[in-house]
Order: sequence, then C-alpha cells, then structure tokens
Amino acid sequence: MTQANPSEHARMSSVPTPSRPAALAFVKARLWRPAARQKLLAFASLIALLVFFSFASPSFLAVDNIVSILQATAVNGVLAVASTFIIVSGGIDLSVGTLMTFCAVMAGVALTELHLPLPVGIAVAIGAGVLSGFVSGSLVARLKIPPFIATLGMMMALKGLSLVISGTKPIYFNDTPGFSAISQDSLIGDLVPALPIPNAVLILFLVAIAAAVALNRTLLGRYTFALGSNEEAIRLSGVNVDFWKVVVYATGGGICGIAGLLIASRLNSAQPALGQGYELDAIAAVVIGGTSLSGGAGTLLGTIIGAFIMSVLTNGLRIMSVAQEWQTVVTGVIIILAVYADILRRKART
Amino acid sequence: MSAAMPPLVSMRGLSKSFAGVRALDAASFELRAGEVHALMGENGAGKSTLMKVLAGIHARDAGAIEVAGQAVGIDSPRAALALGISIVHQELNLMSHLSAAQNIFIGREPRRGLGLFLDEARLEAQAARIFERMNLRLDPRARVGDLTVARQQMVEIAKALSFDARVLIMDEPTAALSNQEVEDLFRVIRQLREEGVGVVFISHKMDELQRIADRVTVMRDGRTIATLPMAGTAMETIIRMMVGREIEAATRAVPDTSARPVALEVSHLCRGTAVMDVSFHVRQGEILGFAGLMGAGRTEVARAVFGADPVDAGEIRVHGRPARIRAPRDAVAHGIGYLSEDRKQYGLATAMDVQTNIAMTALPRFLRLGAFLDGAALAEAAGRHVRQLGIRTPSLAQPVKLLSGGNQQKVVIAKWLLRDCDVLFFDEPTRGIDVGAKAEIHALIDALAAEGKAIVMISSELPEILRLSHRVLVMCEGRVTGELAAHEATQERIMQLATRRRASAAPPTTPASADPALQ
Repeated sequence: MTQANPSEHARMSSVPTPSRPAALAFVKARLWRPAARQKLLAFASLIALLVFFSFASPSFLAVDNIVSILQATAVNGVLAVASTFIIVSGGIDLSVGTLMTFCAVMAGVALTELHLPLPVGIAVAIGAGVLSGFVSGSLVARLKIPPFIATLGMMMALKGLSLVISGTKPIYFNDTPGFSAISQDSLIGDLVPALPIPNAVLILFLVAIAAAVALNRTLLGRYTFALGSNEEAIRLSGVNVDFWKVVVYATGGGICGIAGLLIASRLNSAQPALGQGYELDAIAAVVIGGTSLSGGAGTLLGTIIGAFIMSVLTNGLRIMSVAQEWQTVVTGVIIILAVYADILRRKART
Repeated sequence: MSAAMPPLVSMRGLSKSFAGVRALDAASFELRAGEVHALMGENGAGKSTLMKVLAGIHARDAGAIEVAGQAVGIDSPRAALALGISIVHQELNLMSHLSAAQNIFIGREPRRGLGLFLDEARLEAQAARIFERMNLRLDPRARVGDLTVARQQMVEIAKALSFDARVLIMDEPTAALSNQEVEDLFRVIRQLREEGVGVVFISHKMDELQRIADRVTVMRDGRTIATLPMAGTAMETIIRMMVGREIEAATRAVPDTSARPVALEVSHLCRGTAVMDVSFHVRQGEILGFAGLMGAGRTEVARAVFGADPVDAGEIRVHGRPARIRAPRDAVAHGIGYLSEDRKQYGLATAMDVQTNIAMTALPRFLRLGAFLDGAALAEAAGRHVRQLGIRTPSLAQPVKLLSGGNQQKVVIAKWLLRDCDVLFFDEPTRGIDVGAKAEIHALIDALAAEGKAIVMISSELPEILRLSHRVLVMCEGRVTGELAAHEATQERIMQLATRRRASAAPPTTPASADPALQ
C-alpha cells in the first residue's frame, strides 16, 4: 500500500497525473488524503478490536451484546457529533455531558409535571440545548472568554441547575407512554426481525448524516471549518465571525438535547446526577476519529468510528472480565496512542 | 586607540540565503572598541540579518568573523554571549510579570542553600550594580509590565550588559521612544562607549544617528556599500548610497485621474500613536502609493479604514457618502477590500481549497434553499476568476497552502474581485513573491486601476512604489509627511519624507535642488 505515497506527492507538487486510470487515481486520492488516512487507521483499529474480542470471548458476538454495544454508542456518539462541530470550529465544549442531563431534566419537567404532549417535550429538550449553546457561544464570541473556561463554567452551572430543577431526584417517565420507545424500540427490527437495531442507533446515524451534510454542504459547515482554519482571515473577509461562532455552539447544544432525549428514554428517567465525564468520552471519540483539536480539520465518519472504538473497547474488556479500573487505564492509553499517531501523520506530511 | 590593535569585530565575505533568497552577499563589517557604529540601509538591505549572524541567531553560509583578532565560529546565541556579543532586539523579549532583576538574570539565577533556593537579595544587588553602571535610577524589584517601553528597553540593555558585553547590538532601539527617552538612551550609550563597549546601532533616523554615531556603514541588497565617518558625511550621500539603483526613466504614462470621482476619502483618522490625523483620498482608476519605512503606520491606516482595528477619530466617505465602518464586514459591504501583507495569517485559510478561499467574501451568494452551498455555481464563479487571473492550480479543490506565493496572492485578489470591491488596499502586494510573479501582480494592479478600481498600495519597496503609483503619500511615525505626484516622486525624496521626524526641528534638505535634475 505504500506505493500510493508517490501519487500523493505528485498531487502535492501540483502536477496532475492523467496517465493513471482515472478510477484508481480517484480511489487513491480519496483514501490517501491525510484526513482519510486517519479515518482508515481508525477504521482498521475498529475492525482489529472486533476481531480480537470475538476470538477472545465467544459471547462478544452474541446478538444481545451487539445490541448493547450499539445502545452504549448511541448517546456518546450523538454527544461526539455535537463536539465535532465545536472542535472543528477551533473551540471546545466541556458542557456537553451536563447539558445532555439538563435537557433530559427539562424534558422530564415538560412531560411529567406539565403533562405536555410528547412532541412538545422533545422540542423543549432540544430547545434547552440550543439555548444553552447560545449562552456558551455568546460567552466565547462576545465576551471573549476562552472556550475551555466558558464551557467549564457552563458544565458546572448546568449540573447545578439540573439538580435544582429536579429537586435532586430522578424524574421517571412512567406516565408518558411512548417515551421509552424513542430509544428502546426498534423500527428496523419491526421491518426486519433479524436486525433488532434499537432506535437510539437509528437516531445516531440520522443525526450523524444530517450533521455531515450540514458540515460539508451548508454555509454553516463551511464557516465552521473556516473558523477553525483561520478565524482572523475570515473576519477580514467580512464574515461576522461572532455570529457564526454562536451558531456553531447553539447547533452543538441542540444536538446535546437529542442526546438528552436518548439517555432519558433508555433509562426511562432523567437522572440529574448523571452527565459529568460524558464530555471527555465525547472529546476522546472525536480525537480518535482524526479531528484536529486545533480546529479546521475533521470528519463525522471519523467521529462515529471513534465513538464505536470507545464502546467496543469498554464492552470487550468487560466481557473479558478485565477489572473496571484496568478498563479505564486501557482507554486512556488508547486515546494517547491515537493522538500520537495523528501527530506522527502530521509530521510526515510537512 | 593604537593602530596595531585589531578591531573588536571584523566580519568579511559574509553570505546568507533563506530558502533561495540571498539576504547577505559577501557583506563585511568592522566594529572598533569604544565606538557607536550606525548600520543603515533600506528595508531588506540585510542589516538585521548581518547582526543576527554576529549574535549567533542565524548560521552563516560563508564568510569569516574575528573577535579581537581571533577567528571565531559563532554557531549559537550562547556562543555569541560567551564572546561578549549581546543583541537588543527591536521587539522586547521580557516577561512582564517578573521584576526587572528577575528578567535580567533569567536562566542564571544566583542560588543559595545547596542550590535549592533562589538568592533574591543577591539577584537584586547584581541588577542594581548594572543600573548604577548605566547611571540609571531604576528599582530592580519593579515589575517589568509596570515600566514604560523606554525603561523596559533599559532593562533589555542591562540584561545584555549582564553578560559582560563588549559588543552591544541595538536594532531600532528608538522606534517606540519619545524624544526625552531617546536622550536618556543616548546618555547610557555614551556611558558604555566611554567604557570601551562597541555599540552597533541599526536605525533609519538620520538626525539621531548624526548625533550619536561615530561611523556609519551603509548596506544595500545584502552587500556592504561603504563605511564612513559620520561627521562630515552629508545625509544626501548616505541616502544615495542606500537607494543606489539608477532612477528608472520616467517614461511611464501616468493616466490623468484628477477629474475622476473620488472613491474613498479619509479625513483626520486617528488611532493612538500609530495613526495621527491622517487624511487622504483616492479616485476611481487611481493607484495611490503609500510609502514609508516599516512601522510608519501605513498598515495601521489600512486596517483602521477597513474596520479591522478600532479608531479613535476620523471620517470615512465612500463615493462621497459618509460610511460607518466598525468591523471588516461593514467595509466589505461598502465595497472596500483589504489584501494583508501577511497572506497566510490574515488573508487565507491555507488548509482550505482554492474555491472556498476565493468565495470566502461572498459565500452567502451561493446558497440554494437558504442553507445549502451550490457547488456548481461556486465552482463556476471561482473557475472564472482562476482563469481571468491566471492562477496556476491543478484544481479548484487544491489546498491553498500547496500553491506558490504568487498564486496565493492571486487567490486573495480573486476573493475581492468576486465580491465586486471597487476600493482595494494592497498591503505589500509582492512580499515573498518571486520576480516573475511580481511582474504579473504589478500588471494585474495596473489592469485593475485601468478598469476603474481605486487602489491604495502600501509598499516598502521604493521601486514598486515608483513603478505603479499615480500619486505617492509618504508616512513617518503615524503621520503623513508628504504627498508627491508621480513625476515628482524619486527614491531620494521619498526617503527624505519617510525619515522626517516631527520633532526634529532641522528641515530635510529642500527637494527643489534635486528636482530639476531629474526632469
């Protein structure tokens, strides 16, 4: 596969190579682009993990276990999609975990206390996410507070608000028929009984596809990348960078609202104490997927693969009866290795 | 000083290239003990590079350096310091949260208690001793961030002296100083000269150099032109040696734009000390050259007009109507474009492709269904400009960072043309661009003016100013010091205006004497 490298160099020296068969050249150009290479590496790692665990533990490939991996990926995956937007724009959002919980609690208030209809509850959760993202984005863009600090503050404030609003007690959705179906039923399973893929995973993929379209085909996406690559140049091009930053954070917030609905539906309750720590898993998934923490580069496919690597790893180690403490250690090492691979790749390019 | 004594520093045949660009070409330099030696030349003449070689910051490609008669190989700043060679950079390198004494001895802190603890008392005493030597009243415990720029500079000099400096290099030390502060600096320099320190003084300010320097070395295009005693050398002689090139025959036909409508008018623009009461106008189809030395405030004027930096006062009129510009997007909405001197930092998202960069000023025009980018329309518009400007790129999807400097600059131009801007600020349009591409960019600027665009071109390269400008405005220290019509503009006259400090009472030689000779 190394012979693809000369073609990469040929492209870089801006000499087109028309002699090659077009299709082959296209495949190589696509797959061997630096961003694509990290994705390929991540994808190969995922396959390697799957193969390893299926040999190591016969129960790994059981349908129940696969469904459990998918369920576990859904929430972290959606949060990672939200983080991808913000990280590609050159920012960071530490509040995604507690925001997810806050949105779940808001849905709980709307549905179980105010007895509003289910679609309204869904809208409240997503609306709460957008609003919170708007606040974070405004802190970063208008008040120029560094994203790390602004969203650290938001993380704590939202955690506190969730506890205050819920009275520190879980809110159960027993009276809301259909709420648990959001996450736990399987529309695909109804159609194809052999594939009992839970709705949560379906939603994850729909969110990821919509986000990928937004990131690659819309004005928002183009500005998101541009903000991450060179914010000052964009400002000097006459773009209202403050406005678009707020939009990026608000978009991320809205997606966190969806994650809040997924987790509340899966647990059939809003657990106000939950949430902290999810932001780090989400950031880890984004980074493993090849998105640069310095912004301007990244893909949602990479993020989804990253999220799956995280959950396969956790699940596989648990099935192999590796102690919980060691699971955490292994996850930490994997994240460091993934980022180091990214640094090596960057160095090789320059 | 006896004639047999070798000079303190002797540099011969020094050459240095950066990425194929020759910065030094067999340059030579000699410094005696106990002299103040001025180093002069246009921007890019090689002054700073030569001194950075001496200070061990750049490694030389060829040439010999002797210090006190001994051949030395200076391969690092550490090696230079060991030889007693210290440099005070134009930009101060101090840690503002630390005290003056801590800054001076950073990395060399005296210790006590088995070397575990810092000996602050000894640190401060040593700093105080250096200040005393400089005849300077300054508290070693003062936080550097609280000091004025001039006093910070003194701390830098003290730091340089703390290495037992025999050679002190100062790169434009007076750029940010007031007249009184310059006096204080000169007093310290004279003190050091008394003690036998050799001082190299890089500056553009003729009047100051005439007062402080014993000898002057003039550089041009990386070569040493001459070394002369300062006393008895006329300013004009030095300027002529700095400029050097034969004046290009003024055969160029300058279009008469005096009847064209004024596209942009700026009145009494002020921004701190960087821009002081600057007024100018530019007409449709006119190229207004902004000449001056680096740091004269030209970029600051452009950025202020463009809304990139806040202004204190001033009025801007676009096509005769007052324009309220508070952010770059307001300027863009008024049809004003700004092409920064630093393309990579301010002009391009270099990791992104050609097409996106070209369209960056006008992306909202390419929307379908309110949010989706119309790829085909984008490609069509970007492709049109790529062809029109002759941008050499394998495809529209090529990341801009893989293009040459000239082609990157064309991408920046394309970006403003796509937005239909009719007032364009070019800030150093050909910096870092090779000779062939330079001519192309020049032709392009000419063509844009012929189409009726109003162009303000900032350039530190006098030949570029003379070749393109229909009218030249000269700035010095934040002020406009003169305006010249194309036929009046010569390198000498521009240099005179560009070095005219407001406070210096002595007027520069009147241009009248030089003028007729050039007609």
